[in-house]
Amino acid sequence: MTALTLALAQVNTRLGDIDANLEKHLDLIREAEQKGADLIVFPELSLTGYVLQDLVPGLGRRPSADDPTFAPLLKASRRLDIVVGFVEGDERHRHTISAAYLSRGQHIHTHRKIYLPTYGLFDEGRFLASGEEVRAFDTRFGRFGLLICEDFWHVSPPYLLWLDGADLLLFISASPGRGLNRGPAPETARWVELVNQAYASLFTTFVAHTNRVGFEDGLNFCGGATLFDPNGELLARGPYFEEALVMAELDLGQLARTRSRLPLLRDERKGLMLRELKRILNEEPALRDEQGEDRATNSPRA
Amino acid sequence: MPQTALALEINTDLARRVLTDFIRSELGRFGFQRAVVGVSGGVDSALSCSLAAEALGPKNVLAVRMPYKTSAPDSYEDASLVIAATGVTEITAPITEMVDPLFERFPDADPVRRGNAMARTRMIVLYDQSAAFRGLVIGTGNKTEMLLGYTTLYGDAACAINPLGDLYKTQVRQLARAMGIAEKIVAKAPTADLWPGQTDEGELGFTYAEVDRLLLLLVDGRFSPQDCIRAGFDKTFVEDVLERIRRSQFKRVMPPIAKISSRTVGYDFLYSRDWGT
Repeated sequence: MTALTLALAQVNTRLGDIDANLEKHLDLIREAEQKGADLIVFPELSLTGYVLQDLVPGLGRRPSADDPTFAPLLKASRRLDIVVGFVEGDERHRHTISAAYLSRGQHIHTHRKIYLPTYGLFDEGRFLASGEEVRAFDTRFGRFGLLICEDFWHVSPPYLLWLDGADLLLFISASPGRGLNRGPAPETARWVELVNQAYASLFTTFVAHTNRVGFEDGLNFCGGATLFDPNGELLARGPYFEEALVMAELDLGQLARTRSRLPLLRDERKGLMLRELKRILNEEPALRDEQGEDRATNSPRA
Repeated sequence: MPQTALALEINTDLARRVLTDFIRSELGRFGFQRAVVGVSGGVDSALSCSLAAEALGPKNVLAVRMPYKTSAPDSYEDASLVIAATGVTEITAPITEMVDPLFERFPDADPVRRGNAMARTRMIVLYDQSAAFRGLVIGTGNKTEMLLGYTTLYGDAACAINPLGDLYKTQVRQLARAMGIAEKIVAKAPTADLWPGQTDEGELGFTYAEVDRLLLLLVDGRFSPQDCIRAGFDKTFVEDVLERIRRSQFKRVMPPIAKISSRTVGYDFLYSRDWGT
């Protein structure tokens, strides 16, 4: 298949009310299906809202058919593929910010947010555990990668997904708009778009991003979903600050055309990268052991 | 200024959009569609009133004028201009008869005590009207006065939500002009109008234009005080502003609770205000 119709959902949520948010998901899934979407992508924590703090322990779900929240989503995924953001709780009461890819009634992949911003206005590491894996995964359309917000502000997760075969990077966020100046959008929206465009250009891959809208207390999530093609061209952009279902069609054939013009993937020196990374790790005593790595990644075990 | 892209100038269309959405959304989440604003005739309350009127519709906004007998007549007239321009519902509730008995009981009270008593009396009136009108009190405090502590705790600082709290005074003026608020109101010398002839800038000892440029570097830009002095700001001015910020921190936080139990409001009992909405 060379064409893929994507629906990027920019939604507002009810804070901590999974049932109400699930209803909205099912409505939007129906709408996306009617508009011909093959895949609908919801933002980070789309089933729960973002500033959860002490609500976290009550909100854990698992992407399986015996979970009352996921059962209807899995059923809906028979009609089109779905990416949904949620709090995942494991059997030992650890919670992560997760995103699940559902397709044809099956759970295909879960990504657990690795980098939990715990600085400035963010406090994720205080309440949540971080993920430990970056893996691309196969879908009926091709091999994809999925990352959550801060994950793609670190270059390594998108880089690893690229090397692991992802030709479409799906990024989802709950990013509060901030840094209002003379520009047409908040500074943060401009930064996110620059970063997305850079990955599309450097990795000659498709990069889709969607972001929450609506307020939580004084934070206003700013929307502005985007899709960039392997040339770094903007194919679609959603409105700022309002709910929307942003439709975009991908011609997956563009991967071949761009990569024959610009064979960055072919020429990437993975072995060199690994050798030099090992050298750097060996030269930095603080990073040599597991404990050091935990400190560096703000693991809740620390 | 050091080499920086920081600027006080804002996209006023965007600010207007965000702030009206904020008012509508947050009131709605608490179950309200109406708002109450104290309108003094100054630019801050004129802007809050205009934003609330745009967000909720003028009939859903109650503007309350609360003059004291020494308030400048100009203030009352300028408040009337705001009310007429926005088309909001209005009420006038003079506070003279409420505060004068207190002043008679404590005739030696200095202007600061008197000013605080007036600001807190206005708070009582606003919160009473909040219950009567079934609307929430919209704040009028800007970022400059919040950072400098130039505000009365539980007085003019009291509100349900504050749309102006992240706008410096200079930016309040920009947005006010963009929203068509009368130039007479935008351009006049800011005053708490607590005693005749009082002006903010006279009391503070510097202008808002000056201090906003400094605060933008210190707070938003995270420049060090030394950076600001090297950039040409007077050392005494920088130190005075920093000391005002430090000294008034208590006005920007909830009162501390002595921790006794294993779970305490504010420390480890943490929920957003919008919880469940």
